[in-house]
Amino acid sequence: MLATLYKQDKLAIGLLGCIALISVLVPVCNLLFPVDSVMHFSAYTVSIMGKYLTFALLGLSLDLIWGYCGILALGQGAFFALGGYAMGMYLMRQIGNRSVYGNPLLPDFMVFLNWTELPWYWLGFDHFGFAALMVLVVPGLLAFVFGWLAFRSRVTGVYLSIITQALTYALLLAFFRNEMGFGGNNGLTDFKDILGFNIQSEAVRGSLLMVSGLVLIGAFMASRWVMLSKLGRVVTAVRDQESRVRFLGYRVEHFKLWVFVLSAMLAGIAGALYVPQVGIINPSEFSPLNSLEIVIWVAIGGRGTLYGAIVGAVLVNYAKTLLTGWAPEIWLFFLGATFILVTIFLPDGLVGFWQRHKHEQKQ
Amino acid sequence: MNVLGLEARQVDNSPGQKPILYLEGVSVSFDGFKALNNLSLYIDTGELRCLIGPNGAGKTTLMDVITGKTKPDSGSVYFGQTLDLLKMDEPAIAEAGICRKFQKPSVFEMLSVFENLELALATHKGVWATLFAKLNNHQRERIEQVLETIGLTEHRSQLAGILSHGQKQWLEIGMLLMQEPKVMLVDEPVAGMTQQEVERTAQLLLSLQGERSIIVVEHDMEFVRSIAQHRVTVLHEGSVLTEGTMEEVQNDPRVKQVYLGD
Amino acid sequence: MTWQSCASTLRIFHAEKENMKPNFTRCCCCLMAILMLLLPSLTLSEDSANEAVYTAALARLNATSMTERSAAIDQLAAVKAPRAIVILQALLDGHLFNLILENKLVIGTEIDAGYKLIDAKSGQDLGIAAREATQKINLNNSLRVSLRKTLGRLQLNANEAKARMNAVQAIAKDIDSESLALLRERLVVEKDVGVQDEIRLVLGLEQLNSTDKTERLGAIDLLKDQANQEVVNRLNALQDQDTEGQFAETDVDVRNYAKAALVKINARLKVYAAIETLFFGLSLGAVLVLAAIGLAITFGVMGIINMAHGELMMLGAYTTYVMQQLMPDHLGWALILSIPAAFVISALVGIAIERGIIRFLYGRPLETLLATFGVSLFLQQTVRSIFSPLNRSVASPEWMSGTWQINDFLSLTWNRFYILVFCFLVFALLLQILKRTRLGLEVRAVAQNRTMAKAMGIPTARVDALTFGLGSGIAGIAGVALSQITNVGPNLGQAYIVDSFMVVVFGGVGNLWGTLLAGFSLGIANKLLEPVAGAVLAKILVLIFIILFIQKRPRGLFPQKGRAAES
Repeated sequence: MLATLYKQDKLAIGLLGCIALISVLVPVCNLLFPVDSVMHFSAYTVSIMGKYLTFALLGLSLDLIWGYCGILALGQGAFFALGGYAMGMYLMRQIGNRSVYGNPLLPDFMVFLNWTELPWYWLGFDHFGFAALMVLVVPGLLAFVFGWLAFRSRVTGVYLSIITQALTYALLLAFFRNEMGFGGNNGLTDFKDILGFNIQSEAVRGSLLMVSGLVLIGAFMASRWVMLSKLGRVVTAVRDQESRVRFLGYRVEHFKLWVFVLSAMLAGIAGALYVPQVGIINPSEFSPLNSLEIVIWVAIGGRGTLYGAIVGAVLVNYAKTLLTGWAPEIWLFFLGATFILVTIFLPDGLVGFWQRHKHEQKQ
Repeated sequence: MNVLGLEARQVDNSPGQKPILYLEGVSVSFDGFKALNNLSLYIDTGELRCLIGPNGAGKTTLMDVITGKTKPDSGSVYFGQTLDLLKMDEPAIAEAGICRKFQKPSVFEMLSVFENLELALATHKGVWATLFAKLNNHQRERIEQVLETIGLTEHRSQLAGILSHGQKQWLEIGMLLMQEPKVMLVDEPVAGMTQQEVERTAQLLLSLQGERSIIVVEHDMEFVRSIAQHRVTVLHEGSVLTEGTMEEVQNDPRVKQVYLGD
Repeated sequence: MTWQSCASTLRIFHAEKENMKPNFTRCCCCLMAILMLLLPSLTLSEDSANEAVYTAALARLNATSMTERSAAIDQLAAVKAPRAIVILQALLDGHLFNLILENKLVIGTEIDAGYKLIDAKSGQDLGIAAREATQKINLNNSLRVSLRKTLGRLQLNANEAKARMNAVQAIAKDIDSESLALLRERLVVEKDVGVQDEIRLVLGLEQLNSTDKTERLGAIDLLKDQANQEVVNRLNALQDQDTEGQFAETDVDVRNYAKAALVKINARLKVYAAIETLFFGLSLGAVLVLAAIGLAITFGVMGIINMAHGELMMLGAYTTYVMQQLMPDHLGWALILSIPAAFVISALVGIAIERGIIRFLYGRPLETLLATFGVSLFLQQTVRSIFSPLNRSVASPEWMSGTWQINDFLSLTWNRFYILVFCFLVFALLLQILKRTRLGLEVRAVAQNRTMAKAMGIPTARVDALTFGLGSGIAGIAGVALSQITNVGPNLGQAYIVDSFMVVVFGGVGNLWGTLLAGFSLGIANKLLEPVAGAVLAKILVLIFIILFIQKRPRGLFPQKGRAAES
């Protein structure tokens, strides 16, 4: 499979190689070499690389729905956050009686609210398998219900964008409420263990990075396979000429829904990988601004290319890390300017620009 | 004349064949404007029917109603004896065998000619079926065959977006053929074509009639004259003004009045 | 001057006659007063007739004996002329002085240099005198009490309803059988509903203490239409039981009657609560409409998704802040001047956005959305860098703060009331601009058919810029209104952008009336849900409702119809 991929798409194979290299090299160097060695990567590097890779996965998920299906979903962050909360709930349950209040069953914030028993929707999250399933099911189900309603009644274009934004906004407000039972403002944090291993240990952090890299590669290959199938062509056709596809006898709404759910699930996985690596999940992940940031990753990288989303996500977040560390007030100026410049001067993103450049060279 | 090397089929156009499409008392209004006004129309099996009429006569709205894009305020539309088209949506109607070519050529410009035809192929169109779809030899042949019919064999791997205007129109007709329809609705197939392309299109349509019913909406009288072998329907202000052979229609004083004004 | 008020004066005259010692002078004075009321044109001659009374009364007031003073008060009270009331009021307030050198009574208002004097008798301005030059006319406690009552009685017949209202309230503070009788008399002739209610309230509350059962029943009759917290408390108190199960009100009829009255009052309270909810809903709706209406132009008419709309509102709010910093002593003027200033600033920024960015993106709505979102981040950060990330407080001028207390259970805040009015004004103005002006015509033409409009010689690029400027300017104005009810900070715009889009989409894109209706209905829905579900949940429910509504009717409440809308 890799061989055929290599023949078809050298860029993709190069990118996958890079991801594989990072996700192996960084944790290994972090563990093997002593702190003062030049080959040593700090724990910070490990966690930040892990974060980038989950963001890349998130960008990839948006590219499926926006780049290929033409649906500018401004609520992708919501699926990410839901996946994150599902994982966060598992990690919360793992704390057990090591919490501040020492209640073996209830997380601290519930004890604080004088709750006496676990709400029903927290049941089962002490099993990793169940939590992992929920990482897929919860975002997938939300996407299914929302998409089924929206696509069936043919809400399209900016209307759809706006109501997806309203969706994540509504969730933001909801998760801020303490009564929801998700820790309100503070969210879920102070995690201790994952699968019985100390979440703070370098080995676990390194493994999480590797898993993130692996999942990203897998998701990329799967997405690529989907988009190269006939389904991918139908979806592209929907993007460009929706009504024509309908008159060819395809149920457009089913196709959109399928891709939307797939994309939401990928975003959920990204969230689930993100939470143990940064150690916290709170309602701000639902903020509309976060979802818009994902859009700009994909726009910069180049939509409808899959690797564009990955490149964009890593580049923008690297810039964010640099700028917020150096001069925080510059970051929003930079982000704002990027939005404007990319849409006007770089509509196909960096990958599109590079492809066109190569194309011209050939000719 | 026979540029495409196609034989114009001789069709038994004698009346009395079973109608395949019934429209009765159909009315559509937009904000008080009656686009269709109590219109009734019957299309026979295998017939090539030309639909003419001045701007705003309701030709495109009529197509919208048949293909399920617009729901009429009143009236009934039946396909064959039993299928109530008003209860079906666009994909269902398309699957039932009514296909439509749009006024503006609408092909998928980001896909190749071959892929355009592949998408139109009559096969399972569910999501999962599409995800795992693989072309078999028979289907490949079918595509090749249609490529030949529409004269685009050499352009098979080109992106549809870089085809000429006329080629796009043919590709769209080809996509219709891939769907193996019982009724083809062809909206202004020769608009913006060169004289030579018009002739080729006429040949193409004539070669297609018989196996399926074709409804052609067109402004170009020369073109209509060249393909209208049987009946021509004139629409005016949302209803049928007259019906008959091209000759009869052309000599109808009401038609003259509608087209030329008082 | 009406016959009724003359009649009432006569009645009071009779009432006094019954209660007081007949006194010839007083009778004359009363007659004079009646004449004066009847024939305003003759006031001059009457004044001269009163002259003698004034001179005598003022002389007695100046005397040292309290008895003399009391008699003088009675004398003055009998005149019932405005001047007499002024003198008595001054006496009660401690503003009546004896100018020692001239031995003459004056009314003084305190200023830095001493007292500003007015001749008590003639009302003549006497200039300023030093404090030492005057001597205050004192009152003892019992005299003060009776004077207050006397004044209340006098004012009970004043021409202005407001003065009568004050009088009733003054009497209520120290009630006795005499004043009760007075109030009863007044109630019969009183025309002003407000004053009537007030008298009933005072009478009723007093009568409720009566030992006579029928009196108490009558009291409840008087009170059953009152929206007053004290009435509710008193009626509730009747139902109270002590530890031995003994009712505070011993009579069961009275208890039941009071219960029935309470039910009635509570029903009214529900109506008031509904009115209040409606008002809050409308005022929230007004805010939403103000926020959305600029968007209705840029999004609805032009089809541009302007994500920086909220930030244009924020600019308007900051304009208000800056104006207030520039004119800290004239908050009201600063606010009023902020309206045009905010319009101009936001409009200019809007035009810059349109010319600089949006015009390159026409026909690509999703890209426009992204680019304008970039602009919004830019504007936010700019404001944050200039004004700090903290919220700035914008003061409200006096006439905008405070509440309009309609009764104990219904009060409306002025700022929200003004915003409601302001919203209607802006909406009407906008409608007129679109309907009546050349720009409006061109805007509508371009919105309907750009190519055709261009072919007809309409400078579409200029119209685009101006339309966008108009929409943005209105966002600025909305910001001025927002600054009065919420904190002004860099995130102000973000808080409103989702809501504004919801309003426009809910109302139907391209329809200003739809926006108005949508804004108000969402506002009211929000406020209706709030008591049941809490503020946040109410907002979530409304959002979910709109999301579902758009699924059902993707084109909003008032969709555009026709062929153009189909594509």
